[in-house]
Amino acid sequence: MLAVRRGKKVEFSPEVLEQAQQIIRRYPEGQQKSALIPLLHLAQEQFGGYLSVEAMDYIAELLHLKPIEVYEVATFYSMFHLKPVGRYVLEVCHTGPCEIKGAEWLIQTLKKKLGIQEGETTADGLFTLRRVECLAACGYAPMLQCGERYYEFLDTEEKVDALLEQLRQNAIT
Amino acid sequence: MIRITIDDIETQVEEGTTILNAARKIGGKIVPPALCYYSSLKGSGGKCRACLVKVEQASARDPRPMPKLVASCCTPAQDGMVVRNITSPEVLEARRGVVELLLINHPLDCPICDQAGECDLQNFAYEHGLEKTRYEFPRRTFDPIDIGPHIQLHMTRCILCYRCTLVADQLSNDRVHGILWRGEVSEISTYIQKAIDHEFSGNMIDVCPVGALTDKHFRFRNRVWFLIPMDAHRNCAKCCGKVVLWLRGKEIYRVTARKDEYGEVHEFICNECRWEHYNLNDWVVEGPRAFQPWSVINANKYHANTKELPHTLYSKLDNERWNEFEGVN
Amino acid sequence: MRRLLLLEKAHIEEIDRYDIYRREGGYTSVEKALKSMSPQEVVEEVKKSGLRGRGGAGFPTGLKWSFLDKKSGRPRYLVCNADESEPGTFKDRYLMEKLPHLLIEGLIVSSYALEANRAFIYVRGEFKWIIKILERAIEEARTAGWLGKNILGSGFDLDIVVHPGAGAYICGEETALLESLEGKRGLPRVKPPFPAVVGLYGMPTVVNNVETLAAVPWIVLNGGDAYASIGIGKSTGTKLISACGNIKKPGVYEVELGLSVEEFLYSDEWCGGMEGEYGLKAIVPGGSSVPILPAHLALKTASGQPRLLSYESMADGGFETGSMLGSGGFIVYDEAQCIVRNTYNFARFYHHESCGQCSPCREGTGWLERLLHKIEEGHGTLHDIDLLWDVQKKIEGNTICPLGDAAAWPVASALRHFRQEFEAHVHQPQQCLFRRRASFVFANASVEIA
Repeated sequence: MLAVRRGKKVEFSPEVLEQAQQIIRRYPEGQQKSALIPLLHLAQEQFGGYLSVEAMDYIAELLHLKPIEVYEVATFYSMFHLKPVGRYVLEVCHTGPCEIKGAEWLIQTLKKKLGIQEGETTADGLFTLRRVECLAACGYAPMLQCGERYYEFLDTEEKVDALLEQLRQNAIT
Repeated sequence: MIRITIDDIETQVEEGTTILNAARKIGGKIVPPALCYYSSLKGSGGKCRACLVKVEQASARDPRPMPKLVASCCTPAQDGMVVRNITSPEVLEARRGVVELLLINHPLDCPICDQAGECDLQNFAYEHGLEKTRYEFPRRTFDPIDIGPHIQLHMTRCILCYRCTLVADQLSNDRVHGILWRGEVSEISTYIQKAIDHEFSGNMIDVCPVGALTDKHFRFRNRVWFLIPMDAHRNCAKCCGKVVLWLRGKEIYRVTARKDEYGEVHEFICNECRWEHYNLNDWVVEGPRAFQPWSVINANKYHANTKELPHTLYSKLDNERWNEFEGVN
Repeated sequence: MRRLLLLEKAHIEEIDRYDIYRREGGYTSVEKALKSMSPQEVVEEVKKSGLRGRGGAGFPTGLKWSFLDKKSGRPRYLVCNADESEPGTFKDRYLMEKLPHLLIEGLIVSSYALEANRAFIYVRGEFKWIIKILERAIEEARTAGWLGKNILGSGFDLDIVVHPGAGAYICGEETALLESLEGKRGLPRVKPPFPAVVGLYGMPTVVNNVETLAAVPWIVLNGGDAYASIGIGKSTGTKLISACGNIKKPGVYEVELGLSVEEFLYSDEWCGGMEGEYGLKAIVPGGSSVPILPAHLALKTASGQPRLLSYESMADGGFETGSMLGSGGFIVYDEAQCIVRNTYNFARFYHHESCGQCSPCREGTGWLERLLHKIEEGHGTLHDIDLLWDVQKKIEGNTICPLGDAAAWPVASALRHFRQEFEAHVHQPQQCLFRRRASFVFANASVEIA
């Protein structure tokens, strides 16, 4: 499947651009390509939680790379979303140690409570549900990642409800 | 110069030569197959694992064997190295595994594939493969994509050798296609709809070991083994102008660069030579192609210049094991 | 007896802040090394200590350091592998959260030993809060004069950069990590050349695990011999074990190498025994890649010796009856767990994480997953079990990097030790205890093939 370039250009604000330049300067002279992954993280954060073709083209321009070099990297790593996602992406770990402590239960519970399937986003645009592989929280399972945080020991409906409620509150404020 | 022994045959090569190239120097049956390595493309090799060999003795100085089979295309020969290729059942077994794994997602559509008759995977599978598949799950599929006016991409046939991306890197400064995604679902793509249209893009077809990249001007027009390959040249401002014309009577069916016995092109040609001169008068014809790579099909076609079919390499292996799987549907 | 070299100060409140860490004796190894030792002397101490790579391979660290090409005079790099992603392993995360300055201290001393003026910490991208902790700690250390130009007037310069990954298990493989750090796809490189000669940006590079580097300050302060006197045989020092699964007290524990598995599992000081009514069925002792051990082989070796948490004891019996200490990801399974299900789960993981560069791994990991899924769901045949064995053999040893082996070993060991369970899944899948207990989940869940 091919992606579509919509032709709407995007760019960082001056402050964020300065942050980007700082990241680029961390790497030795001539090795600015090293900044690609950090800048893609920054772009994803700045441009609505996912990487559009325009966002990737913009990063390519910043780093003087061919656009294809950026697409190659962005499609390789599982943290980069190439399609629009909800405000909160709930990423449930379902690898071995989490599974034996109830990862499948957590996923089914979230599906029921949110009324969506895996990979889908709720109608209000708040939540996207995904399953991911090991997040290095094996002793604190079942767990999920949302944004910058891990939410661990989610083994009762009450805890799941409390988490969803908290995120909904955060969205309002 | 250093000494290296491959399948009990000793030869001398320059330091830094890979095992594969040392074997090519000896020639014949002991040359490991290579689906991704391509001597004129920098950075190629190591990926397909078809050329795995056993190193029985790492060097004269360190006579220990190497613990694992190594990719002969990217392992440098050492002085006093002893290598086993077709004399090692372990190597043949591994190769049998590689071909089986390469084929599980391959469409096996040779009867309608233009590459048949000059396909590295077809030859490799003929020599090393099983007669039937043990894979019963749905195969990975992709729709064919036109990448520009000249080339069609059949991703289903691709074995991800990376050669075409290296051609684009090496012969142009604007690569627009690459390997996207990860693992089993990796694919050659431009990500966005875009033609691959640099002056030397046609060489991607020549370096493709399988029928993933095919010449749209030649598609379905003829089988390669019905055509007569003739060396020819013309004065070209952009490239060497040295090509092979594939003729039936006086009609040029296609133009390709010249491949050596390992299927490698050393002098790439431009798209003009390849696609804009279908008139025989444009060319100085030198004579029949002196050299034909061996293939399953042309082995019976071009008597004079082809190599004999290898003996069945597996006669010594235990074939009964493979028959155990007869019951698998 | 419990001896802590790494986590000794982990309980101290706000030890992640520079002032507290310094007050508790932090950074003294830097003073000692830079003021009174030559780089070569530091390397020698680490060699003497017998410290082995804590990321999984267990390669002697001092030896790895001595391979670094210093003669050519090209810039050298030290890269810290903090891409912790091996299922069952969550120790580096704990160390970085609690003691970021210990890692930085280790990086400074190690960079000095390697005469490297730039070090990178490659942190898995999901650890966003850890990246912030590390960046703050680096800033604090720089302000206090432990980083930058001419540190302590020694003439040694060092800068540390924290680099985020973006979700790829393969980037824990050192050459894939370097590719990723260069801003490319995380494809392992063909070796040789090794990173010690051609590493980051083509320059000589050493890649070490977080825990390995964190062990260096203690060695510098107390001497290699002192470190070597801790532990057992060639397994010197202490190791972080991250324990998880069906145990009472999952978590990260520092153990002196040589502690018996039995004591670690059942003592209240550590795991506290099994969590519920069921007894021990199996242990994966070193992260998902290492062979699984059935209960009797987990507690005792085939020759009847107690199984110890050490590189040698874990490997005792080879792959027939032994396993590996690996990264110290200690996963415990009780009798109600299904080995077929677990093997399928791991196979799915490796399939998902295969980079796709070389053919046996790219194609084979998917085949393993599908076969295991078929058997796990109760549609398998006895032929499928034989085929499974055959497919994993086709992958093992034939790939560019160890991910192929890591995908094959769990399958091979599960078949070796639990074949009857696979056969039971063919004949009577409905009897599987795990499926019965989890029926409320599986009844309406279609477990998708990625």
